[in-house]
Amino acid sequence: MDVLIASVVDGLLIGFVYGLAAMGLTLIFGVMDVVNLSHGALIALGMFGAYLLYTGLGINPYIGLFFVLIGGILLGMALYGIAIHPLLHGPHLSTLLSTFAISMIIVGVGTALFTSTPRNIDISMGALTLGPVRILGTRVIAALMAILMAVGLYIFMYRTHTGKSVRAVANNRDAAELVGIPSTRILALSFGLGTMLAMVSGGLIATLFPFSILSGGTYELKSFVICVLGGLGNPTGALLGGLILGLIEGFIPVFMPVGWTPVIEFTLFVIILLVRPSGILGAR
Amino acid sequence: MMMRYVREPALWLSLLLVIGLGIWPLVTKSATLREDMFLILMFVTLASSLNIVLGYTGYVNFGHIVFFGMGGYIGFYLIAIKGWRLIPAALVAALGVAIFAIVLGSIILRLRGAYFALATIGVNEAVRSLVVNWDAIGGAVGLEMNFGRYKDYGGPMNALWYTYTLLVIVAAASVMLSYFVRTSKFGLGLLAIREDEDASLVLGINAPRAKTIAYALSSIFPAMVGVLFFFKNGNIEPGDAFRLHMSVEGIVMIMLGGYGTVLGPVVGAGAYERLRGFLLTSPLFKNLQLAFAGILLLLIIIFVPSGLVGWLRNRFPKVRRILA
Repeated sequence: MDVLIASVVDGLLIGFVYGLAAMGLTLIFGVMDVVNLSHGALIALGMFGAYLLYTGLGINPYIGLFFVLIGGILLGMALYGIAIHPLLHGPHLSTLLSTFAISMIIVGVGTALFTSTPRNIDISMGALTLGPVRILGTRVIAALMAILMAVGLYIFMYRTHTGKSVRAVANNRDAAELVGIPSTRILALSFGLGTMLAMVSGGLIATLFPFSILSGGTYELKSFVICVLGGLGNPTGALLGGLILGLIEGFIPVFMPVGWTPVIEFTLFVIILLVRPSGILGAR
Repeated sequence: MMMRYVREPALWLSLLLVIGLGIWPLVTKSATLREDMFLILMFVTLASSLNIVLGYTGYVNFGHIVFFGMGGYIGFYLIAIKGWRLIPAALVAALGVAIFAIVLGSIILRLRGAYFALATIGVNEAVRSLVVNWDAIGGAVGLEMNFGRYKDYGGPMNALWYTYTLLVIVAAASVMLSYFVRTSKFGLGLLAIREDEDASLVLGINAPRAKTIAYALSSIFPAMVGVLFFFKNGNIEPGDAFRLHMSVEGIVMIMLGGYGTVLGPVVGAGAYERLRGFLLTSPLFKNLQLAFAGILLLLIIIFVPSGLVGWLRNRFPKVRRILA
């Protein structure tokens, strides 16, 4: 029983971070109908951003995240201009491939610079003991930071003029343009926000697990599963989906060999896509 | 009916390219050339079969490699554990995978656009992680074949040439299938689905059935190539069999050569493999070959979205009869 509670709590905490990563993916899909295949590479880039700031300049990884955040928005807006904007009106395939090309470039340059040996951010935040359950401090802080980011995003989307413009463009780009919203700038900003979320969550994951430049792929697949659980294009759903995935990952190893986790995750993924493509929160 | 095809220059050009280049190592007896051509012909088969679903029907399939891996596993199991010969094992693997594709296709082809693309990733990952946990077929370590098995084919050296010869035949058959689908009435139906699926339904095309058949047709030759490839290697493991990256490389080849054309995937596969070989061996690009390929892909999508063959067709309308 204690093991169960501990793994559930652990799963939930990590689930918030997964959810944050998936919010980036789902935001971009919701606003411009683009499945961002460079998502994983951007997560890996965020990991290395936090890592290099920590080992190179001695900046605390949680403070370093602030720089990763700014860098993420700028990089995302630049990527939008290069790889998304010229292809937005083409077939689906072109943006899938252009974002994949970005991923190849990031991973290629990253492998040349950093090789693919695993690294980790060596930081200890003590541990919290609640009765029989012992939780690592780094996980609590990572979850809190993820919640903070999610709340920040929510306030931005629902309380600011720019955020409302993002939602308007997601809803109907032509109508948004008609009421005077500069939709190209808003799309660029949305891609920047999505990139930022991916990189910040990467920075958080880097404080929890060892990573390499190739680790992004795993988290990209997790983000897909989460987005589908929560409904593609629905950021609130993504956070919930992240918690569900975290719970699954916490629960399964208690009952069966850990190797079965991906089998269950991906089977669930395909089934949900088929039965409820709008996600568990969405209307049918 | 058959006579019409005999006089089609486009079919002959594609076939000549595949068979002509394929026979070259057999004539020169060069083992390095054979290994290079093995990879190219393998990708020619993967890309031209993927093109049936991706290029003709317009469904983005990231999980094409699942057919290769699954076929490889079925065939390898039959050869290494049950002691079957290569050809019957390859045929049974193709049949098994085609049945799998019909069942799976009739379920997931209800999804469109990005949803379908994501589902194909999910299927590949689900199958891969299932195989990793399936101890009867080797689990994460995979299966190995006893080298004595090659004696039936006149020793390991002859077995390699024998496998290669079969691959040339499979690659040629795959290109022929792609051509026949492209020029048939069934293929026209697929093109109509690609342009506008709802309109094609109104016009009386049984889109769900046509899509499923296209999906199943695209699964046959990758399954056979999987058997040949892993028989040649002498071992199979889940990481090699279900490598998502290879699916994407197949898509890149199609884009490079020309989306929705018969010749495009053939040219694209050859060009991509040659380019990769060059980048891997050149001291300047060795470490950056992945990044370089990414930049190339990005440039093609932005500036030449119809690929090499598509560009030639648009630029010189007269060559359309030859470059299908």
